[in-house]
Amino acid sequence: MYVAVKGGEKAIDAAHRLLSEERRGDTTVPELSLEQISGQLTLGVDRVMNEGSIYDRELAALAMKQARGDLIEAIFLARAARTTLARFGYTEAVDTSAMQIRRRISAAFKDIPGGQILGATFDYTHRLLDADFDKTPAGVADVSLPRNMPKVLGLLEAEGLIEQSRPSTTTPSDVTQTPTSFPMPRDERLQSLARGDEGFLLSLAYSTQRGYGRTHPFAGEIRLGEVEVEFTPEELGFPIVIGEVTLTECEMINQFKGAADVPPQFTRGYGLGFGQCERKAMAMALVDRSLRAGELGEERIAPAQDEEFVISHCDNVQATGFVEHLKLPHYVDFQAELGLLRQLRTESVAVQEAAE
Amino acid sequence: MNAPVYNFAYLNEQTKRMIRRAILKAVAIPGYQVPFAAREMPMPLGWGTGGVQVTAAILTPDDTLKVIDQGADDTTNAVSIRKFFVKTAGIRTTEATQDASIIQTRHRIPEAPLTENQILVFQVPIPEPLRFLEPRETETRKMHALEEYGVMHVKLYEDIARYGEIATTYDYPALVNDRYVFDPSPIPKFDNPKLGQCSALQLFGAGREKRIYALPPYTNVKSLDFEDYPFTLQSWEKPCEICGSRESYLDEIVMDDAGRRMFVCSDTDYCSKRQAMA
Repeated sequence: MYVAVKGGEKAIDAAHRLLSEERRGDTTVPELSLEQISGQLTLGVDRVMNEGSIYDRELAALAMKQARGDLIEAIFLARAARTTLARFGYTEAVDTSAMQIRRRISAAFKDIPGGQILGATFDYTHRLLDADFDKTPAGVADVSLPRNMPKVLGLLEAEGLIEQSRPSTTTPSDVTQTPTSFPMPRDERLQSLARGDEGFLLSLAYSTQRGYGRTHPFAGEIRLGEVEVEFTPEELGFPIVIGEVTLTECEMINQFKGAADVPPQFTRGYGLGFGQCERKAMAMALVDRSLRAGELGEERIAPAQDEEFVISHCDNVQATGFVEHLKLPHYVDFQAELGLLRQLRTESVAVQEAAE
Repeated sequence: MNAPVYNFAYLNEQTKRMIRRAILKAVAIPGYQVPFAAREMPMPLGWGTGGVQVTAAILTPDDTLKVIDQGADDTTNAVSIRKFFVKTAGIRTTEATQDASIIQTRHRIPEAPLTENQILVFQVPIPEPLRFLEPRETETRKMHALEEYGVMHVKLYEDIARYGEIATTYDYPALVNDRYVFDPSPIPKFDNPKLGQCSALQLFGAGREKRIYALPPYTNVKSLDFEDYPFTLQSWEKPCEICGSRESYLDEIVMDDAGRRMFVCSDTDYCSKRQAMA
């Protein structure tokens, strides 16, 4: 019983035994393997890697299994493991224009150089529950697509129709290593959004589509595929490829903007994440653009335009920690409130009686 | 496991009756947004579920359905919705505008004139024309009730002050039957003149926002403008590079990395008919 707070140690041990029993479920049913999770629940794994900020499928699969499929708990586990890792250094910026494309679409043009490539998507499936969905043999996809497909926004940039994407001259900051403050530079903001909760960012992005900070978005390009990761070891002095990561990138084309000395141009919002995470990348791009309201001279009136509000509340590990901390005993504070309330009620009754 | 068995055109008959009642009310009050209890559909909200529910509610086994997106029958979402009705209703489909009894569309009105025997069903993302001026539904409903449309005119005026012209190119607001300002869905303003005095019944379904509205045949529809800044249409310097039409809405197609562009009809049925005649 909760009242027996002093018996805490025994209670915790018993709770943990019960947890592992419930986690395992019916022992006559075979146990899930990590290979099954990382190979068949791939999008869940991608989400854990994204919000856990660590690119490791096996570790993410383990986290999902240990968390009984609770993704926020799994993200928490992944973060707690990540934070213990030593840093060797920072890789070169990845080049998404050299991505080995698996999926790439633009809603802004009917056809684009390199073509619209649907890839593996739920988009045009009918959501009819089908117990036999995996009984039809998996098709063999014939995909051999070239690297270096041109960026759709690059085509608009060439015509001056959209703001230039300028390479950053400074080394991006790392929000997991250095303290941040508001207002945030865009690199820190994008990092925070990349780690941010998919559901929270999704709803904020949706609110901008419904009039709370409208940005007139068009999905300029969404691409999914593999990019090489390069690292420059100090002893070599030149970059070498150390591996490959799967990324989803979303470049939004937004509401145009002009000024006395600048002809009107489209503006942009950016989203990037590990694995296949289209919903997240799109939401991120919409929220990124909304948060640029101040920089672009727009009135800031909606929640999605408020940097402090969005960034301070988008991290689900922080949010779940604080919401759920209400389960902890608070009886000392509560006792103080109880005492005060009793006193106020006594006083109030006395005043009423005196009035009668 | 109990696999569900689906009715003709997916929705059950009670749901269809509820939607038909909303449609009747919408027809009785042109341009008025009728709330309805939209259902979950087996495609994502925002992908045409409003239009799909309206089509499902009015579809009969004798109908011939055409589905277009961006004016074309072969765009992915149009293909998907057409297949959905073939699968769940087994109806005939066509790509020819004049052969269709129901045309479900996203973002275009066909170039060919419609007839009294046809119904045009629009997919609507945001039914409220005032939404981007006032995000709260409680407020916008009041504004419609009081015919309080000043903010819309101020918005159009501000466009003129800033850009020298009304900077709305699609989703262009119009006044229906001298009463309700309505949102024609994100069709290019090029299509707005086809809305008024149209021979066909036009139905608008917004699934996520749970609203249905309608333009009965031969309704007056006036695109908002000012006497000194009259409503104008988009035009192109060159005709369609495939069929040579100067009267149709053109899509821009990017041909190569060097940025070469080609302009062709967005209405693929219209374009191929003209090619066949040439």
